Amino acid sequence: MSDARENKLSVAPAASPAQQSWRRFQRNRAAVLSVSFLLTLVAFILLYPLFSHFKPDALSDAQFQKPGAQHWLGTDAHGRDLLVRLCYGAQISFVVGIIGAVVSLVIGVLWGAIAGYAGGRTDGAMMRMVDVLYSMPTIIFAMVLMSAVEPSLRGWLTRSGVHEASKMARLILLFVGLGAVSWLTMARIVRGQVLSLRTRAFVDASRALGATPTHILARHIIPNVLGVVIVYLALTVPGIILYESFLSFLGLGIQPPMASWGSLIAEGAGQINPIRIYWWLLVFPAGLMVLTLLALNFIGDGLRDAWDVKGG
Amino acid sequence: MNWPRLRSAAARQARRGGLRLASLSGWLFASLFFISLCGCVPHEPRADLVIVNGAEPESLDPAIITGLSEMRIVSAMFEGLTRLDPKTVVPGPSLSDRWEISPDGLVYTFHIRTNAVWSTGEPITAEDFVYSWIRALDPATASDYAGQLYYLKNAEDFNSGKIKDSNLVGVHALDPQTLRVELNHATAFFLDLCAFQTLAVVPRRTIEKYGDHWLMANPLPSSGAYELVAWRLNDKVRLKKNPRYWDAANTQLNVIDVLPVGLPNTALSLYETGAADVIWDKDLLPTEQFDAIKNRPDSHTFTYLGTYFFRFNVTRKPFDDVRVRRALALAVDRDRLTRRVTKAGELPADHLTPDGTANYHPPHGLGYDPELARKLLAEAGYPGGKNFPRFQYMFNGAAGGAAKSHEMIAVELQQMWRENLGIEMDLQQVEVKVLYANQSRLDYDVSRSSWIGDYNDANTFLGMFTSTDGNNRTGWKNARYDDLVHEANIEIDKARREQLFQQAEKILVADEVPIVPLYFYSGFNLFDPKKVDGIYPNILDQHPMNAIRRVDRPRPRE
Amino acid sequence: MPSAGWIAPARASNMYFLKRLAFTIPLLLVVSLLAFVMVRIPKGGPFDRERKPASPEIERNLLAKYHLDEPVWKQYLRYIGAVWERDDQGQWHHAPAGFNTSLRYRNHSVLDIIKTGLPVSLTIGLLAFCLAMAVGIPLGFLAAAKRGHWQDHAGNFLALLSVCVPGLVIAPLLALVLGIKWRLLPVALWESPANAVMPVVALGLFYSGRVARLMREGMLTVLQAEFITAARAKGLGDTQLLFRHGLRLAILPVVSYSGPMLADLLTGSFIVESVFQLPGLGVFLVNSLYNSDYTMTVGLVLLYAIVLLGLNLIVDFIHAWLDPRIKYE
Repeated sequence: MSDARENKLSVAPAASPAQQSWRRFQRNRAAVLSVSFLLTLVAFILLYPLFSHFKPDALSDAQFQKPGAQHWLGTDAHGRDLLVRLCYGAQISFVVGIIGAVVSLVIGVLWGAIAGYAGGRTDGAMMRMVDVLYSMPTIIFAMVLMSAVEPSLRGWLTRSGVHEASKMARLILLFVGLGAVSWLTMARIVRGQVLSLRTRAFVDASRALGATPTHILARHIIPNVLGVVIVYLALTVPGIILYESFLSFLGLGIQPPMASWGSLIAEGAGQINPIRIYWWLLVFPAGLMVLTLLALNFIGDGLRDAWDVKGG
Repeated sequence: MNWPRLRSAAARQARRGGLRLASLSGWLFASLFFISLCGCVPHEPRADLVIVNGAEPESLDPAIITGLSEMRIVSAMFEGLTRLDPKTVVPGPSLSDRWEISPDGLVYTFHIRTNAVWSTGEPITAEDFVYSWIRALDPATASDYAGQLYYLKNAEDFNSGKIKDSNLVGVHALDPQTLRVELNHATAFFLDLCAFQTLAVVPRRTIEKYGDHWLMANPLPSSGAYELVAWRLNDKVRLKKNPRYWDAANTQLNVIDVLPVGLPNTALSLYETGAADVIWDKDLLPTEQFDAIKNRPDSHTFTYLGTYFFRFNVTRKPFDDVRVRRALALAVDRDRLTRRVTKAGELPADHLTPDGTANYHPPHGLGYDPELARKLLAEAGYPGGKNFPRFQYMFNGAAGGAAKSHEMIAVELQQMWRENLGIEMDLQQVEVKVLYANQSRLDYDVSRSSWIGDYNDANTFLGMFTSTDGNNRTGWKNARYDDLVHEANIEIDKARREQLFQQAEKILVADEVPIVPLYFYSGFNLFDPKKVDGIYPNILDQHPMNAIRRVDRPRPRE
Repeated sequence: MPSAGWIAPARASNMYFLKRLAFTIPLLLVVSLLAFVMVRIPKGGPFDRERKPASPEIERNLLAKYHLDEPVWKQYLRYIGAVWERDDQGQWHHAPAGFNTSLRYRNHSVLDIIKTGLPVSLTIGLLAFCLAMAVGIPLGFLAAAKRGHWQDHAGNFLALLSVCVPGLVIAPLLALVLGIKWRLLPVALWESPANAVMPVVALGLFYSGRVARLMREGMLTVLQAEFITAARAKGLGDTQLLFRHGLRLAILPVVSYSGPMLADLLTGSFIVESVFQLPGLGVFLVNSLYNSDYTMTVGLVLLYAIVLLGLNLIVDFIHAWLDPRIKYE
């Protein structure tokens, strides 16, 4: 890219749309700040546990210690160090959030793209199904899924020789479950986009050339939809992390002794009482989660503004 | 204001749309506000006593309730032949003022008080009692606690449908004031049972008229110290004094509110701000704060007839090997659990029946001996925990942390067994209904459990683990244990009875160990003794409401 | 009030809305069937307890009394009142529809419970709705109008903050500060209008952030509309411009969101209702799932669906009314 300031009279060669968008993104200070914050955070939560001599599951007699020299963020009811638990919890929350969002993306994009492209009866049927699922409170899906599927999944994993089948079963269910309650909006948005794309010239041309619907979907429609999708992905992750905290409050979230932000916050919220408050159990997990969600939202907004994406 | 007039059609539409928006908003907010006001409850005067009770009662029908929170309310509304003394929980006269027991202990003759009337004025007769007890035994009522009446002749057969004629059951009204009861065998605690809610007397005419919704009838005849004024689910139960109660002269409080609160912190907040006067459910105490509360003058803890334990599924490997079970039992540091985790002053338990049970001194079971535990595990074929299959500890969690203690204990057990024995355990948190269903189906490895005694006798605990009892749920069958418990139950001599129970319990907690007791529940009440009196610590945690008094306001509001 | 030019699109809209209404009944039936089947999937029925009944016969009686031993399809038909059966004398009679008996609160009917819970949820929900609108719309408007200035950044940040802090944290903190430390408001229960303040604030704050963001987006879209550009060229300032002409278009995303928002406020307020011990529908729904109270769950799910569909219909109608450009076929 040439520097247009060098020669005010000459016209700078036009940057590609992608580069223009990227530059717009870089101008958004909040978004850029958020990206650096997130990168630092991820680095910390991955590296700190390797250097700390506290293990997240190690019980001790030092219960409910205030933050101090020994335990930087204090300890919890079992004497476990909060900082280490927060790091592992953050890892789990990120993984759950991202994979859950990806699951919702995959289901939503496929559903919406197929419905939008096929049109007619198929579209009608598929969107009616979405309507039915939309009309039900998500908590019922979450509960039924957890109670019904977990035992069988755990049995299957144990038979397949997976290590720590029990923890994995709950984690997998959380990914699938959280993704499964969030894909509906994505499907609607994608369908809207596909409907408008379908009538565009390049799709007609492709069809005239004899391309199969699958080919058209995969090569033309989905890549064009991906822009909207990525933006909504960035905005779904915070929603999923928040929903996981709700599930933890209900006892459906991460299995103890594992932790996630949701379960740590649920524990911390349970410490608010009129007699004596162990404030560090709430302030640190909640504060960290809020900061991360803010960062994710700023990034999502930045992406959306930069790519000039309009919502469906 | 002189805005340049925009003449385009779009602008005209915009202006029209703007007006529409304004009018719409106006209507919207006005109607929403109006609707919102309708939802507000009219202000009721505060009750004389506000009690935080625990879970929302499923029902107030004495025949079908099973939970403690229901029983506390029902005992105020419907009484039986006897009632328990608030201090000693010894059964004393209630609707029956005297009785005779035959020498062989098989026939009881109760005399109903002549001044016993319903709150609506009709006399309470012996026929009412017959009706109530037969109704509780009727298979159509599907009462969970019908088993409390199985001590009556032919009661079990009637309940299981083998006989259809209710006249064959051992309870008859000889005349309106006399009730004759025939038992299958001498039962030492029968008078305690008569104070139990399932045996309370219920209003026949109201039930026949309204069916399942008889509790919503207005007026609802009450045979106890209080009448039901209002029952709003998840909100409150309001009781008012029954002036026709036989002991109304000694009942002080006029209006009592019973609140179903779900979260311990909310309960505590209500108490600290004075919105509630009493908290009397131990599950509503935030365990983390207990050490800050226990030394306050308003905190009252006492031994309680309840045990927290866990069950092994003895039909599954490796728990079919008694050495494995004993090893796991010996590796549990109960002292740490009660000191560090539950912290409500509970006593560590090495036997099932709590200390303080009437007429009984329990034997000791297995203590804490990690060395012996490791030896036993090695003997069973898992030295150092090698090759020990990974198993699951099943427990229930509830919303909002109300049942955090189960999780905390699970985490501690996991760590203890890992450290002491080198075995790995997974935690399996399920919903409470799934927990019970899995237990019934014997679809679990190790499961958290607890049991609260129904009456003050060892049988309420030890009877559970006979081979045929539905509450066994471990798959454990031991003929000698069955014989001992059965013999004890037909034994009249108290000393011999105690011996038999002791032998049985020894098999249960020291030899075979299908269950491992962890601690005995501590009853817990929170109330200011300068304000409230008449709530006495007793082993059943029963606090009849007619005994409670306000001492700061000697003249309660009329 | 509507001018002649507005009637033609209205006729087309009426057909559309009638078609939508006709779809609602089968949709509700499908929802009820789906919920009915789903709640029966997990193990554990409504009568599983710590204390087992004294004999298997009692358990069987209990299940038979509520017809839980029948095949699921038959239970569903009984639920909607489509079962006729013969009694002992050989007479056919219509089995009463089963949707009204709660399996847990056996002395109450589902409709009774909804009658007590709905006013509470409705009050809190509607008031929270008003709060969300009253705070969110001006905030979003301000942020968009002063785009790029500090008001925009501050407004956007505040809106985001309210969306990122879970109600799980806000509700107990509010109770602690306003109820216990400062003793300004009652800390729980449902006894007087003062009890409604904290729950409404806890719920409303969260949604006000959402509304503010939607409003801001809507405004930013409208700012690029052609007639606005034209008006700006004529020299009008941004704020007043937006207010007079742009507002009714900008508010459309908020209007669309009102439907789901209100439906969520009515049944999704479990955390707030738990913390403040309110007898609302959120707690009943979650408890019914925990207690395996099948009829109550299906009843509340149906209520949620009805409310959502009804609100969506109303919202779409308002949408069309506000923006005559939209044509529904």
